[in-house]
Amino acid sequence: MNVLIYLVPLALLLGLTGLAGFMWTLKHGQYDDLDGAAVRILPDDDIES
Amino acid sequence: MAETLNLSQFVERSDAGTAHITLAVDGVGCAACIRKIESGLTKLPGVIDARLNFTQRRLAVDWRDNEIGAADIIQALEEIGYHAHPFAPERVEADNSRQAKWLLKCLAVAGFAAMNVMLLSISVWSGNVSDMTVPTRDLFHWLSALIALPAAAYAGQPFFQSAWRALRTRQLNMDVPITVGVTLALALSLYETATHSEQAYFDSAIMLLFFLLCGRYLDLAMRRKTRVFAGNLASFKAEFAHRLDANGELTRLPVSGLHPGDRVLVRPGELIPADGTVLTGSAAIDESLVTGETLARTVAPGATIYAGSINGSGALTLKVVAAGSGTLVDEVERLLEKATEAKSRTVRLADRAARLYAPVVHTAAALTCIGWLIAGASLHFAVVTAIAVLIITCPCAIALAIPAVQVVAAGQLFRSGVILNSGDAIERMAETDTVVFDKTGTLTLPDPAVDQSSIDPDLLEMAARLALSSHHPLAAALARRASRRVPYAGAVEEPGRGVRALIVGEEARLGSAAFCGVADTPPQAARDRDASCIVFAHGGRTAAIAIRQRLRPDAIAVTQALAERGLDLMILSGDRPEAVRPVAERLGLKQWRAGLTPAEKIAVIEQLESQGRRVLMVGDGLNDAPALAAAHASLSPITAAHLTQAHADALFLGDRLAPVLRAVVVARRARFLMRQNLALAVIYNAFAVPVAVAGLVTPLIAAVAMSGSSILVTSNALRARLAGPPSSSAPADDPVTARDRGFTASASDTGCPASAGHDNVKQNDARMELVL
Repeated sequence: MNVLIYLVPLALLLGLTGLAGFMWTLKHGQYDDLDGAAVRILPDDDIES
Repeated sequence: MAETLNLSQFVERSDAGTAHITLAVDGVGCAACIRKIESGLTKLPGVIDARLNFTQRRLAVDWRDNEIGAADIIQALEEIGYHAHPFAPERVEADNSRQAKWLLKCLAVAGFAAMNVMLLSISVWSGNVSDMTVPTRDLFHWLSALIALPAAAYAGQPFFQSAWRALRTRQLNMDVPITVGVTLALALSLYETATHSEQAYFDSAIMLLFFLLCGRYLDLAMRRKTRVFAGNLASFKAEFAHRLDANGELTRLPVSGLHPGDRVLVRPGELIPADGTVLTGSAAIDESLVTGETLARTVAPGATIYAGSINGSGALTLKVVAAGSGTLVDEVERLLEKATEAKSRTVRLADRAARLYAPVVHTAAALTCIGWLIAGASLHFAVVTAIAVLIITCPCAIALAIPAVQVVAAGQLFRSGVILNSGDAIERMAETDTVVFDKTGTLTLPDPAVDQSSIDPDLLEMAARLALSSHHPLAAALARRASRRVPYAGAVEEPGRGVRALIVGEEARLGSAAFCGVADTPPQAARDRDASCIVFAHGGRTAAIAIRQRLRPDAIAVTQALAERGLDLMILSGDRPEAVRPVAERLGLKQWRAGLTPAEKIAVIEQLESQGRRVLMVGDGLNDAPALAAAHASLSPITAAHLTQAHADALFLGDRLAPVLRAVVVARRARFLMRQNLALAVIYNAFAVPVAVAGLVTPLIAAVAMSGSSILVTSNALRARLAGPPSSSAPADDPVTARDRGFTASASDTGCPASAGHDNVKQNDARMELVL
C-alpha cells in the first residue's frame, strides 16, 4: 500500500488546484454575468476574413 | 429653454481624472445589443471602457472626465436606440452581492472538502469489511481530520455567526442545532480517531455543511435576482426635476439629488418631484396616487403638496421641504412606525420549527445518554450514542425544507411578474383569508382612459391627434387613442386652458368648455361625477369627451376567482363614495368603505385582524402605506408611490390584476409544500432517531440517511413549480420584461428596440388569461 504515500497527496493537490482555480475565477468576477457569457460567444464579427 | 443635465451624484471620479458611472439600460435583449452598445460607446472620444452586464442589464462606463460627460454618454446611447438611466446601487444590493460571494467561497471549500473526505471515508468503509490495517485506517482518519477541520471552520462561518447572533439575543434558530451538531460530530470524530476507532463522522459534518450552503446560496441568489430587477425598475422610473438655481438657471437633475430648500419648477403635466410648499403659481393637481382622491385639487402659493401628485395645469414653483414634514406624510410615517413594529412580532414558520425542534432533539440526546448509563453501558458508549443521535437528527432536511420551497416559489412568482420584497412574504400571503383592495390605481388602472361610446370616431381621432400637442394629463389619456401619432402643425397650447390648431381650414379647440366656446358642460357628462370631461370643438361640431378611471382589464375575473377560493374581498378607498360604489357594484363586492383616512384604513384592518382574520392588503397610494405595513401581507402595483412600494411585501407588474391571484395561489401551494416538507423531515427523524438511540448508527448510515432526506425534501420543493401553467404555455422568454411595459414602452419580449413589441404584449396578456 506504499503507493498511497504519493497518491493521496497527489489527489489532494489536484483537488486544491481546482479549489484555487475556482477562487481565482470568483475573484475575477467570472460569475457576475452568466447570461452575458452565454450570448457574447454568438457574434462572430471579430473574425477577420 | 437651455437646461443643463446634472448627474454628478451618480458619477464616481478618481484622482487620475477618470470617471465611472453605472447605468441601468432598458431594452437589451440579445447578443447584438451587447456589441452595439459597447462598440458604440468605446468609439466615442474619451470613453475608456464600456462593459454591459447582460444578466443585470447594467452598463459600466469609464471615461476621461475632461473629454466627455455623463450626459453625452446617455445621449449617445439614446441615439443608438437604448434608454439608459443612471443607477445608484442600494446598500442592500451591495451587501447582498458581497454576501453571495462569501457564501460561494464557503460552498466551494465545503464542496472540495466533502469530495475529498468522502473519497477517504468510502475507502475506510470498504476497508472495514475487508483487510484494511489499523495504521492505514488511522492515516485515512487523520487525513480526513486534516481536511475537514479547517474546511468546517471556514465554511461553517455563516451558520456559526448566525447561531451566535441568535443565542446572544436569547433566541433559538435553525443554526443553533446545526452548529451544535457539526461541532459535536467533528469533536467526536477527532476523539474516535485518536483512540483508533473504526468510525469517524468527518464526512457527515462536511456534507451537512455543503448541502445547507447550497440551500443558502440558492436562496440568496434568488433574492439578489429580484432585487437587481427591482433596482433597475426603480431607476427606469426615477423622475427628473427642474431645479431653479440661485442665478435663475434651470438644471435638470434626478429627483434623488434634490435637497430641502431647493426651488423646483414643475410644468403642467409633470409629476411633483418632492414634497414641498408652493411658492408661485396655482394649479389643479391630481393627487390620486397620494390620497386616492380622483378629483383634482386646486393649490395656491403656500399650499403643501406631495411627491407623486401630477400637476394638471399651470406652472408651479416649489420649495422642497424635508421628507416627512408635511402633515399627511407625518401622519403616514407615524402610523407606519407603529404598524411595522407590530408586524415584526410574527414568527416565521422555519423559526417556529426550530424552536420546537432544538429542545426536543437535545432532550432526546440527553435521555439516550442517561438511558444507556442506567442500562449499564460504558460511559464512552453512552456519550458516543448520544452524539450519534445529535448527528443524525442534525436538521439538514428541516433546514432545507422551507428555504428550498421559498426559492422555487419566488422564482415562480418572479416569472409571473410578482417581485418579492421580503423572504417570508410567501408564508404570510398563504395564510390570508381576506383581501382588501384600494380602489384608485389598484382595482383601476393608474392612467385614466377615454370613454368613447357616444362620440363620432373621426371627431375623436381629430381630438386625439390634437391632444398630442398638450401636456395636460387628461389630454395624455386622449392622445393614446390617436391612431396617427402625428401632432397637427401649428398647434398652440394655452397652459391651463387647452390647445388649438387649424385642421382642414377650420379652427379646432380642445380643452375646458369655456375655452371651446361651449356655454356649459354637456348634460350627460355632468351627470357622471366620476369622470372628468374635455370638450372638443371643430367647426360647428362639438363633443364632450369623458375620461374616467378604468378597471384593470381582468379585475372582474380575478376578484371572482379570489372569492371562489374562499377569500373575503373588501374595498377600502380614500376616494368619494360616489366614485367607489360603481366599482364595487361592477365587481360584485358587497363590502366597501369610502373616504377613509390612512388611520381609518388601519383601524378597519386592525378590527379585521382582531376578529381572527388575516388580511392581504393590495394598494398603491401613499395613503395606503400604513395599511400595507399593518396588514398580514401586502401587495403593490409597480406604479405605486415610493414609500408604499417600500412597505409592500411584493410588487406586481403590468396592467392586470392577475398577479394578485397568482401570488395567492403560488403562496398557498408553497405553504402546503413547506408543511409537507417539514412532515417528511419529521418522518425521517421518526425512523432515524430510534436507530441512533439503539446505538446502531454507523457513519455510512448517517451519510446515506442525511443526503437521502435532503434530496427528498429538495425534490419535493421543486413541485412548487407545478402550481402554475404547464411550462409549454410559458415559453422561454422572460415575461417580466414584457409585463413591465406599462412604463417602459420601448421594451419588447426580445427587448431589442428593433423588433416590434406590441404583438408580444398581446401574447403575454393572452398567456395571463391561461393562468386564470
